[in-house]
Amino acid sequence: MLNEWFPVALFGQLDGKVYKTALMGEPIEVSLNTDGNATVTSHTGRALPVCVRYGHVWSSLGEPQKALFAIPEADQPGRRFVDVGVVRVRCSPLRAVENFLDIAHFPFVHTDILGAEPHTEVQNYKVEIRDVEDEVWATQVKFYQPQAAKSASGGITTEYMYRVPAPTCSVLYKTCPPRPSEWDVITLFVQPLAEDLCDVWPWMALFDDETSMTDLIHFQQTIFLQDRSILENQIPRLLPLDPGMEIPTRADLTSVAYRRWLKRHNYTYGAQLVAQ
Amino acid sequence: MKLYDYVLSPSCYKVRLMAALTGARLDIRPVDFHPGGEHRGPELMALNPAGSIPILEDGDLLLTESSAMLVYLATKSAPEWLGNGTADEAARVQQWLSFSHRLTASLGGARLHEMLLRGGDIAVLQAQGMTALRELEAGLVEQNLRGKPFLASDRPTVADIACFPYVALAPDGGVSLDPYPAIRLWSRAIRALDAFIEMPGIHRLHELKPEPHIALGEE
Repeated sequence: MLNEWFPVALFGQLDGKVYKTALMGEPIEVSLNTDGNATVTSHTGRALPVCVRYGHVWSSLGEPQKALFAIPEADQPGRRFVDVGVVRVRCSPLRAVENFLDIAHFPFVHTDILGAEPHTEVQNYKVEIRDVEDEVWATQVKFYQPQAAKSASGGITTEYMYRVPAPTCSVLYKTCPPRPSEWDVITLFVQPLAEDLCDVWPWMALFDDETSMTDLIHFQQTIFLQDRSILENQIPRLLPLDPGMEIPTRADLTSVAYRRWLKRHNYTYGAQLVAQ
Repeated sequence: MKLYDYVLSPSCYKVRLMAALTGARLDIRPVDFHPGGEHRGPELMALNPAGSIPILEDGDLLLTESSAMLVYLATKSAPEWLGNGTADEAARVQQWLSFSHRLTASLGGARLHEMLLRGGDIAVLQAQGMTALRELEAGLVEQNLRGKPFLASDRPTVADIACFPYVALAPDGGVSLDPYPAIRLWSRAIRALDAFIEMPGIHRLHELKPEPHIALGEE
């Protein structure tokens, strides 16, 4: 996982000051140079790889073998890009992603927003590990939602696609209420600080000309903060990759594929390899 | 009535909760506290030089202290939330309203540190939070001995609403509520009130499942 790109800061929040943070246990510093470009250095003063994309500064402790994953919608005109801001969570970075991939908890954790009783059934959906892209995809996910987005008025059956293009990042494509032919894009970029501590940077690319930027930010922060207390109480703290530990159900297909994909690539920072 | 509001702020939630419980209507003006820092921008600093939210505007009344807002909402439309007016209860209400600032400074500070990466000495904030929680626990136990389930009275008052949010969200700042049974019962009583509203991190009360049926003498 050392050679992967990870989010380390919001580009728009960098000012003259040095932003001190960490990546996989190693202290790092993010700042702007005199040309206005982002730089990232390790605590030993080593310059680390940098790229600025999707509102965030990305870096790596190793040598990334490929460019940061593409989100073509990020270049589509007419979308609004929402920097939701960092939230720290005392959980494994992998658990933060896995929770984002789960649909079944909506009626219980995001009650009356992303789900509501008695509409708790997760209908069949498709999951695959795409070999060419080397990504996990879940498609044809449908769920009844009382308020699917800030732009939704009343309950709708929302369609979702989930994508995991990097071990600590997920991209969600979701029915766009004002523009049914397009998908809203909601991402979760997770910065691993330690195996059981992460900074989560949600980001969105939406078609919504009505809602104020602050309302869009607050909608997403509300959702994520409902998840946070759940994430901090999951046991074991590390994500179990040993199938002996848990019994998944059909609704957990995406999680099963995600864990399998992590294991295949030896993406194990934040994972528990052997059931304890 | 216009409330300058942040959805994740426990102090703003106090005002939203009080309004919900007393049936008052608020016009919400969302403030980009995080990541935008709008509360420290020129528009809001002109309203409140302290740079804090919530801010409540009603006609020419401008309030910047959440406890004052709770008292205002209660006095206006639901005076029963101020206690019964005896010297004893009035004093207890004031005692806990003032005390609530310690919860904001300690547990609220720990929460901002652990969640939104704000500065501060986390060990000190958590220790001060625990001291305050122990005091609150003792206060609730003493009230229970007097036959009163709430902080200042036998019914909920503005004092309960002033203290509840930062207490309920203590785990967000890494402070567990496990050692405080009286606080947990009290939190349950508040969440069971008619017209109670939640905020992220404070979940609604789900109905208790029926007792499991245990067949006796079968094994």
